[in-house]
Amino acid sequence: MQIKNRLYNNTLYISLSGELDEMSANFTRNEMDNIMQISQIKQIVIDLSELNFMDSTGIGILIGRYKKMKLKNIPIFICNPNNHIEKIFKMTGLYEIMPKIS
Amino acid sequence: MKNEMTLHIKSLSINEAFARSTVAAFCAQVNPTLEDIIDIKTAVSEAVTNSVVHAYPNTVGDIKINVVLKNDQVVITITDYGIGIFDTAKAREPFYTTKPDEERSGMGFTVMESFMDSVDVKNNSTRGVTIKMTKKLSLETKAMVAND
Repeated sequence: MQIKNRLYNNTLYISLSGELDEMSANFTRNEMDNIMQISQIKQIVIDLSELNFMDSTGIGILIGRYKKMKLKNIPIFICNPNNHIEKIFKMTGLYEIMPKIS
Repeated sequence: MKNEMTLHIKSLSINEAFARSTVAAFCAQVNPTLEDIIDIKTAVSEAVTNSVVHAYPNTVGDIKINVVLKNDQVVITITDYGIGIFDTAKAREPFYTTKPDEERSGMGFTVMESFMDSVDVKNNSTRGVTIKMTKKLSLETKAMVAND
């Protein structure tokens, strides 16, 4: 798992690459929480174009981040999931809390 | 043609990627579509994660993964020898988790059910849990399939 981020116009872009499962769960959770502490964020966009694999462990992590950011009124958006990850998002209703943008 | 393989691994999360990739590679010999391969990979990942996270709290145990391929049918049986599931019906409910404080989604069985044709979960008579999943594969008609 590799996590990159950049801040542009108060939007925090976080890019996940690799595989998100139980093995990479703690690292991903801690990294994202560290990055999301930046103060001037108005919204977050999670770019999954380089995420090759994810199972429901990833859903738990994303919902966890959503709950934390909701307390600060910061919305999170998802972009560029592959077909397989999109299937899991639709199945679990994740887009209802983290809308997909292009 | 019938073919079979069995994999024994320790319940360590580092083995999850190995387990799902190995099962996917084994199934690839009958030329299923890439979509079916990824469905299988995901379902195996969910089942193995269950054993890693829930079967052996604070300890490491054994997980057995058996795969039987018969023409376009695959049967995957994943067995652990851990503490078992208290209520298997409840465990299968979407969003139900015994570990909400760990940010578990509770969607593992729902994902398995969606990606496979059938999923059977039962506590073993001795110890642990057996998850049996089946899927009828869509096979690529072309002889050569590009590796992804």
